Amino acid sequence: MSQAAPRPSFPHRHLLGIEGLSRPDIEALLDLADEAVDISRQVEKKRSTLRGRTQINLFFEASTRTQSSFELAGKRLGADVMNMSVANSSVKKGETLIDTAMTLNAMRPDMIVVRHSQAGAVHLLARKVDCSVINAGDGAHEHPTQALLDALTIRRNKGRIEGLVVAICGDILHSRVARSNIILLSALGARVRVIAPTTLLPAGIDRMGVEVFRDMRAGLKDADIVMMLRLQRERMNGAFVPSVREYFRFFGLDGEKLKLANPGALVMHPGPMNRGVEIDSEIADGPQSLIREQVEMGVAVRMAVLEALARNLPNG
Amino acid sequence: MMPFNAHAPIALVNARLIDPAKGVETRGGVFARDGFIVAAGGDVGAQSVPSDAQIFDCAGDVVAPGLIDMQAFVGEPGAESRETIATATAAAAAGGVTTILARPDTNPPVDDPAVVDFLKRRARDTGRVRVLPMAALTRGCEGREIAEFGLLLEAGAVAFGDAGRSLRNAQVMRRALSYARDFGALIVHFAEDRDLAGGVMNEGEFASRLGLSGVPAEAESIVLERDMRLVALTGGRYHAALVSSEQSLEIVAAAKKAGSRVTCGVSINHLTLNENDIGDYRTFLKLRPPLRREETRRALVDAVASGLIDVVVSDHDPQDVETKRLPFGEADFGAVGLETMLAAGLRLVHSGDIGLPQLLRAMSTRPAEILGLPQGRLAPGAPADLIRFDPDEPFVVDRETLHSRCKNSPFDEARMQGRVKLTVVAGAVAYEAA
Repeated sequence: MSQAAPRPSFPHRHLLGIEGLSRPDIEALLDLADEAVDISRQVEKKRSTLRGRTQINLFFEASTRTQSSFELAGKRLGADVMNMSVANSSVKKGETLIDTAMTLNAMRPDMIVVRHSQAGAVHLLARKVDCSVINAGDGAHEHPTQALLDALTIRRNKGRIEGLVVAICGDILHSRVARSNIILLSALGARVRVIAPTTLLPAGIDRMGVEVFRDMRAGLKDADIVMMLRLQRERMNGAFVPSVREYFRFFGLDGEKLKLANPGALVMHPGPMNRGVEIDSEIADGPQSLIREQVEMGVAVRMAVLEALARNLPNG
Repeated sequence: MMPFNAHAPIALVNARLIDPAKGVETRGGVFARDGFIVAAGGDVGAQSVPSDAQIFDCAGDVVAPGLIDMQAFVGEPGAESRETIATATAAAAAGGVTTILARPDTNPPVDDPAVVDFLKRRARDTGRVRVLPMAALTRGCEGREIAEFGLLLEAGAVAFGDAGRSLRNAQVMRRALSYARDFGALIVHFAEDRDLAGGVMNEGEFASRLGLSGVPAEAESIVLERDMRLVALTGGRYHAALVSSEQSLEIVAAAKKAGSRVTCGVSINHLTLNENDIGDYRTFLKLRPPLRREETRRALVDAVASGLIDVVVSDHDPQDVETKRLPFGEADFGAVGLETMLAAGLRLVHSGDIGLPQLLRAMSTRPAEILGLPQGRLAPGAPADLIRFDPDEPFVVDRETLHSRCKNSPFDEARMQGRVKLTVVAGAVAYEAA
């Protein structure tokens, strides 16, 4: 973003996940994102870094916030942004993925941002196109820009990530946000905990470098960051947990439970929130909440990712 | 199948004969006439056979009984876009498989004597190797009403199973075992609890990292344990089609020790691959049951070596590109395997995990014994189903050159040793390498 500073290198063609990124890779993106925050806070928000570039947002799964965040990020850097929402109901699932990829590839985009309900779908698509591919969430696998924006938010508020105790709480089993965050925050030296009932924990989670808690109160003790995850409606009523009220009682974040964390603990949520299911409204809107700031950091991180990948494009 | 007579006598001489039925290895040859072995051993040489015989000098290569594959999908009737008897048996012949037990979950399923008859005629007219029909265990493979075992046996069915559809209802299984026993029929069952087996790969850390849903070993062992109780209750004859876990091995070992008439099989994939081979979401390795951990693979190999696992199958399951070039969770299960089964198995021989006679025993003698076939041995009077291969000859698998209609091989580009040079079925050449 600033022409004078030495450009941190980011030696990857795609951003398919946090897995495979080194600590310097991650830090380079966060540094770049810090600059993007400054740009976004000015009256003149537009840069020409990506002028002439075409960015396609290909969303097989509806997502207002992530898609608009990527759209804004691309536009602020001067790219031409096209949104393609392929509702899962209108296409026979998966069948069109490769065809869609080939069709879009023929339009010669420079970057494709993809969200898909299936783990690995973005990897599959990346093998079929010539441009850079950014994973905007694939099934229960990864959501790398969410983890980056979470890390940026933490770093700007705490001044560091190394040594912090981060408690990720909720539906770990189905969460790509949790997977990306576990990898990223561990790589930057945080102590990551996961808190959930066993029915919402993936097998082998204890071998992924995290501390596992089934008791939220124990898991929140000494936490510097409390990261809540969304519990989807179809999983609340008997399938994975017996009921909403039981879930909120034991795994919902309210003022009383938050007191068990460190006094300066900060609360995060990737959104959209289920108020009264995993998080109490007073907490979500309270002084310890970073939830709105996360949204702002989202745009900045996506600008950083787009710019870092664009540098590696031909003629970049 | 080809006309099994009217061929010149055939002799494979100067060979390393391996008879897995006896576990012996000798230098010599095999002489066959009218589709049957006349003599096998050290005294069969180029000079000793009649002058009208077609003589193959094997130059020290292995000659063994042709392989018998107890689980393969041949596409007919109803799935000819995936496979036909012509293409499946071409793959089989090239892979040294001389008898295929064809899966019954076709469209229509093999639950009617007319369909058994259709398969036999198609095999006779278009097949290069023997194709034996397995018939459905239940009508329509739907798990509700038991099939007409008696009539199907009379038509030529050799065993009963519902292939990929595991039987949910214990009462139906009990009656099937009891009724089949009266006819001496074998039940081949794929043990899987459909509710527990809702995932797409082995449950564990690796699946969790990939964000894929898992299938625990218990999905198999719970149903297998139930079946063992029912076998003990009924005295029926039962073959567990595909075992994939240590738990299942324990269960089968206990049942065998208790005297139940139980045998089991494993797919070549589960002996030579593990879950890590899925790597970056490779859908050709999406299998049912799923590939398990390396420790499990080793336990399965040991069980073949010890004889606890009776049979190794290809579990040949051709799938179109359209159903495999999808995100892992949406892709179909299954891999082709007829053509690579022997070479993949030889990896275990080369690594010292299993002896060649033991491997061949699990791929020919034991299946023959379980199915009541006269094959699987190099003895006078046995059908002249023979293969010749050099177990050390290296090659690289190229899926595009496979004979199957579908190319979904998990071994594409794999380095292997031991390509089949000659396949003889009923005394006639079914395949000869170029």
